[in-house]
Amino acid sequence: MERIPILQMGQFLLVTIQVDMHDRLALALQDDLTDRIVKTSASGVLIDISSLEIVDSFIGRVLGNIATVSQLLGTETVIVGMQPAIAITLVELGLSLSGVRTAANIDAGMRLLQISLGAPFHGGLDANP
Amino acid sequence: MPILETITILDSADIVRVRQKVRSQTVALGFGLVDQTKIVTAASEIARNTLDYGGGGSVTLEVLESAHRVGLRLTFTDQGAGIANIELALQNGYTTGSGLGLGLGGAKRLMHEFEITSEVGKGTCVTTVRWRQ
Ligand SMILES: Nc1ncnc2c1ncn2[C@@H]1O[C@H](COP(=O)(O)OP(=O)(O)OP(=O)(O)O)[C@@H](O)[C@H]1O
Ligand SMILES: [Mg+2]
Repeated sequence: MERIPILQMGQFLLVTIQVDMHDRLALALQDDLTDRIVKTSASGVLIDISSLEIVDSFIGRVLGNIATVSQLLGTETVIVGMQPAIAITLVELGLSLSGVRTAANIDAGMRLLQISLGAPFHGGLDANP
Repeated sequence: MPILETITILDSADIVRVRQKVRSQTVALGFGLVDQTKIVTAASEIARNTLDYGGGGSVTLEVLESAHRVGLRLTFTDQGAGIANIELALQNGYTTGSGLGLGLGGAKRLMHEFEITSEVGKGTCVTTVRWRQ
């Protein structure tokens, strides 16, 4: 089965969702990420959804689950780049995603993670830790 | 009114197909981005119900066109278990599955017209319209 790639960048994991995910693919991402968090002891997860054209209740629930599970494992998850049209639609749908941290873009998300980890921010993406 | 197409909904990949077809029709009809997102999201919710609770079914896309407005009508049908209490099913948080119970009520809020007919043991039909703003 098709899988969504998970990249490691230093102490963070980065997932860029570029396809319209069917339900099983979304669930597979949840499993794969949990696995990688445990294996890598990553301290933060960034999920870039800027290419995602819709978030319905199922995908919203999966994103919420990822945030909750990662928190239980001692890892912060930040969802970045949600399109404004999606935010408006989610509110009307009734999905608040209240337990999910969000940021406008990857840089802002990275900064948010650095701050919550209490580490100094060096800026930019460091692919070779 | 012209029927554009009917899409069968038999697995979760079909839900993605429904989203894509609804998206391209709303683009063709000149719906704005927020409107597109609302209809596609509503379609995704209802299609998933058709699959999960209706045991599969189909959706028909139709253009509604009069002198002063244009809309897209979606008609979902299944031959599943049916809904005993439609008012209850529409309430936020009511679910008989493992969901959040947001889909049906949420879809209704995202659309302009929304009608459910259902018979227990026979199936369910959800008809919904959103007009171009
Ligand atoms: N096509 C259908 N056939 C039979 N029952 C249905 C159908 N659609 C909805 N229902 C019933 O209505 C309930 C509420 O549906 P709704 O979509 O609001 O919530 P859900 O699917 O349970 O959760 P969510 O959509 O938030 O993931 C369902 O749990 C189910 O019992
Ligand atoms: Mg539902």
